[in-house]
This record gives sequence, structure tokens and C-alpha cells, in this order.
Amino acid sequence: MSDTQTFLDTLAARSQQRAGEPTWIAARRQAGAARFEAMGFPTRRDEEWKYTDVRAIAQGNFALAENAEFSQAQAAALTLPLDAYRLTFVDGVFSAALSDLDALPDSVQVMPLSKALAENHEAVGGPLGRLTGVDFSTFAALNTAFMEEGAVVRIAPGTVVEKPILLQFLSRAGTPVMSHPRILVEAAGRSEATLIEHYVGEADAANFTNVVAELMLDRGAILNHYKLQEAPIGDLHVASIHVEQNRDSRYTSYNLNLGGALVRNDLVSDLNGQGAETNFYGLFFGQGRQHVDNHTKVNHNAPLTFSNENYKGILDDRAHGVFNGKVYVKRDSQKIEGFQSNQNLLLSDRAQIDAKPELEIYADDVKCSHGTTTGQLDEDAIYALRTRGIDEATARGLLTLAFAGEVLEQVALDAIAERVELAVAGKLPERFNLAGLVEAAAALND
Amino acid sequence: MLQVNDLHVTVEGKEILKGLTLTINAGEVHAIMGPNGAGKSTLSAVIAGKDGYEVTQGSITFEGKDVLEMEIEERAQAGLLLGFQYPVEIPGVKNIYLLKSALNAQRAARGEGEMPAPEFMKLVKEKLGFMKMDASFLQRAVNEGFSGGEKKRNEILQMLVLQPKLAMLDEIDSGLDIDAMKVVADGVNSLRAEERAILLVTHYQRLLDYIVPDKVHVLVDGRIVKTGDAELAKELEANGYEGIEESVA
Repeated sequence: MSDTQTFLDTLAARSQQRAGEPTWIAARRQAGAARFEAMGFPTRRDEEWKYTDVRAIAQGNFALAENAEFSQAQAAALTLPLDAYRLTFVDGVFSAALSDLDALPDSVQVMPLSKALAENHEAVGGPLGRLTGVDFSTFAALNTAFMEEGAVVRIAPGTVVEKPILLQFLSRAGTPVMSHPRILVEAAGRSEATLIEHYVGEADAANFTNVVAELMLDRGAILNHYKLQEAPIGDLHVASIHVEQNRDSRYTSYNLNLGGALVRNDLVSDLNGQGAETNFYGLFFGQGRQHVDNHTKVNHNAPLTFSNENYKGILDDRAHGVFNGKVYVKRDSQKIEGFQSNQNLLLSDRAQIDAKPELEIYADDVKCSHGTTTGQLDEDAIYALRTRGIDEATARGLLTLAFAGEVLEQVALDAIAERVELAVAGKLPERFNLAGLVEAAAALND
Repeated sequence: MLQVNDLHVTVEGKEILKGLTLTINAGEVHAIMGPNGAGKSTLSAVIAGKDGYEVTQGSITFEGKDVLEMEIEERAQAGLLLGFQYPVEIPGVKNIYLLKSALNAQRAARGEGEMPAPEFMKLVKEKLGFMKMDASFLQRAVNEGFSGGEKKRNEILQMLVLQPKLAMLDEIDSGLDIDAMKVVADGVNSLRAEERAILLVTHYQRLLDYIVPDKVHVLVDGRIVKTGDAELAKELEANGYEGIEESVA
């Protein structure tokens, strides 16, 4: 049996349970399935997947979760300590009990995708799949074939959403399951919001998440998008994020990856109107045999558009990181600025990074730069710390934490910055673990 | 407390210290002065354990222990602390992390547990106040973007928190205006104690108006050629090093 067939069989079984949904949805699902079958899973012969082997997904056997049972206490322990509008999904299934949309203003719509589909809501008919079509990748096609849950967010013109909108995805231990969440955000003109995707779960989980996010920013809209991926160490995680930016909009992505056995993020931003700006900040920490692949692409499709990217990776043990960042400038998109930086730190001889920055420019009046470095820690700084009595291992830990800190200082939400800093401190090798220090210093601030 | 005996040090094959002998006792403040290139910074760097300095002859003992056999951090934990002429910027490492890690390391080496958080905070705030530094310094990265004066004050702050037995200060006055120098000198003077010693390495006499040494040594061409009291520094200020060099030659 081919790899795709297992998935198609699961899909066929699921389709029988679905009755009475609008025909357009069924048609799109079928198109997704057909495209998935035609493309098949990528192999390392595909340029875009040269460094990432997806056999753990392709050869897996994943059921679909039947319920969203999760203990309140456990969810509370995992959740971000934030005052937020919250939608919670357990193995992809929406949990009303763990969600909270209390006091959501009328100018903001936040709903599970299942509800929007059931109501054939106008928010989904047109936009769904417009940015991320089934041709984008096998995984986008697969997501489309299975899509039934996720989140729909619509923000009315000029609305400033005071609290973050938190989409929380919990992964359970037990029979491996898969989920294909679809996130759809329409940020109308001059609106302003913060969206958080948070992936976390039970330590022994080994599930497959294949999320697609389509984010539309109209004129002057501002969207701060945090993706905090702390999935259990056995989870497989693929994300396709597609951003469309109209004039003067500003999108900022904080792509923070700490968990998962196999992680692939595709982040694409289309700068379609003058004055649009996109900022990509990324941090990944891999240990054990974790594999973390970030593919980013900025398309400067209009003149006077701006992009700024800073990705940092820390890899220990036999972890493998991939960074592929592309900046594309369309013909005659003059006066654009595109800056990209990728720095990686290898903490062990067997850790590996494949970094590939790419520029593709078809205009002559542009300011672009890119660079990637993979390095070791600053020996002068280690010496300076040791002269204060700090042992070498702790000194190396402090500097590693500092390396991550350069991305975290961009993070405006303290709850996230502190959590990631603590996680990085705690993930440092035993010989220079700094979790205690970071916790103590944080306590001193209070 | 510190005994340096017939110390010969080469850097990249070139002999810089050529038989330096020095004894510092508890309670004393020593100043080493000398022209550029005499080996002043080499001495403190060797005592602190910087790489690239080869000791070809002689010994350094601190409270009876062989310093040259100790790791860099062990020297600091034992109470030998060096304030740098050019403090290193350490982007991303917050001052509070440095202070806390360093103090805990020192206490652990003495077999003591970590200082309780409230006590630590009280200590640090008191010392910050003394150095006329704002509490926001604690959350800033070590020396990153600091002015010359702020860097030097930060070096002294570390000394005040860590309370070394022997504080070595390498050209601590360089790059300081008169106000900053007074703050730094007050900090150093507050360290003066019966059980503690201070070693100042300086090019100019100016600093010694504010921190009056018990002993002044003149270092020329890798050796101490003259030792006197604070008056010697004033002589040097008046006559320069040339006279001394000639008298030695």
C-alpha cells in the first residue's frame, strides 16, 4: 500500500460520516484529496525538501480524534498565563469547555471553523483556500482534504483588539492521531490585533499536526502573530502560513520552535501594496534527534515595501536544523528594502544546520542584504565571565541564553518571552542548565 | 596574601616580565606604575589566568596556594578578582545573571548555599546606590552600549558585590572624567579593609590622589625597579619615568 493510501482510506471513512455539508466544501475537499494523491509525499529529491525527511509522517498511521476530553487542571498547567480570547483544540477537536470568548466585542468574530462551516458562514466561503491553494504543497492539499476544524477570525475596520486571540492546540498521549487545523484571519483596514498559536501537550504524545493558516491584512492593518510551538517531543508538526498584505499593513511573525520530533514551517508573506511591511522573527532550539526546518519567503510584489527577518537557531546533541529564507523582488518593485539574517549556534559536534539564504531580485533600485552565520560562542566573553568565578559550563549557558535573548527582546508579550527564555534555559545541557537562575531572577523582578 | 616570585612571562615568544617579585599583605593598597609596554597589564592578566601568557619561570601564590595551578574561575572564587581596563561587552547576558551566578559560584566554592533572594536583592541595591547606578542596570546586558564611565563603574559594582580578598584594578581610571573617577575611587576606597588588599595598575598619578596607596612600585621593562610610598608617585608625576629608567640603567 502506498503512503498516500493510508491517508486516503482514513479520509474515505471520515467522508461517510459527513452528510449535508455545502457542496462547495465537499468539492474543495475532493480537490485537495486529488491533489494530495497526485503529488504524493515529498522526498529528499525535491529541492524544497532536500534536508527534511518526512517518512515519519508518510509511513505513519494516524487516526482522527473522536473527542476533546482533557482535564481542566492539566490544561491550566499547560496554558499560557495570559488574559486572552481563547479557543482550545484537543488533538484538533474543538473544546468549548476549555475555550473562553467572554466579552468579545461585536467588532471581532472568533469562532471554530466547524461552526463557520456548519453555518456556511460568509467568512469562509470566499476566503478559505484563496491564499493557500491545494497546489502550495502536499501538506496544504492534505489539510484541504481533511479540513473540518480550526479557527476563523474576522476583525472589523479600525478595530483595535485589546486582548490577544489565543488558539491553543493540545496534543494527547495515546493512539497516534492527526489533525489538520485551518486558521483563517481577515484583518480589515486599520485594525490591530495579536494572534497566538500555541502548540503544547502531554509528554508522551506522538501525534501529527498539519496546520494551514491564511492571514489577510487589508490596508493599514497590523497583525502580530506568535507561533509558540512547544509540542511534545514525539509530535510531528507541519505548518503552512500564508500572509497577504495590502497597502501600509504591518505583519510581524514570531516563530518560536522548541518542541516536536519533526517540524517544518513554511512562512510566506506577499507584500502586495506600497508601504506594506513584514517582520519575521524566528527562534528554534533542537536537541536529541529533533529536526526543525524553517522555510520562509517574502514576496515584494509592490514598490516601497519592507521586510526584515531575523532567525536564530540553537542545536544540541544530534539535532538538525534547516533555514531556507528567500526574498523575492518582483519586476520593477522599486525602492523596496529587504533585510535578512540567520545565525545558528551548534552546541555539539554532531548537531547540524543547513542554512540557505536566497535573493531573487528583478528591480534595480532596492536595498537588500542577507547573511547567515553558524558559530561558536565568544571566547572573550567566556573568559570575562570566568574571571568573575563563573565556571565555564555556566558561562557557556549564559551566552547561549543571551543568543536566544536577541530574538526574545523583540517579543512584546512578557508571558511568551519569559516562558521561552525559561524553556531555553531549561533545555540547556545538564552541565549548564540555567532554569533555576532565570526563575530566581524573574522572581526578583516581581 | 599574594606572593609573586621571580616571575618570567612571555607572550607570543617575547619576554614581557623578566623576573618580577612582589609581596602584597592583607590590609595594603599597592600601586604599580610604569611606562607603556613595561608589562603592567601582563601582571594582572597572568594572575587572573588569561590565555596566551606563558609563565617560563617563577611562581605566584595566593594565601599559600599555587595560583598558576588554579582554573580561571577558581582564582576568582578564592577571592582574586580583576577589574578590566577594557571591560568586555557581553550582549544578552543581563547584569543580574552575572552577579547572581558569580556570587553563587563563590559561595558554593566556600561550601555555602545560595544567598536567599531578598538578601541578594538588598545587597545589590545597596551597592548600586553606592555606585550611583540605577536599578535598571540589572536588566541591561553586561556592558553593552555602556559609556566608558559606566563600564568602569560596573566593574567596581561587581567588586562590591563579590567582595574579593585581593582586588586588582587595571587602569581603572582610563577614560573617566573627574566626576566618574570620584565615584569609582569612592567605590574602591570602600573596599579597603584589614582583611583585604588592593592592587592598582595605573599609568597616571592622578588616580592616586583619590586612592592613596601604601606602596608604589615602578615597573620598567618587566621588573620592579623601585618601591616607595605614595610620595614616589608624586615624584614620578614631576619627573616622569625617564629619570627612573636612567638611574636603573
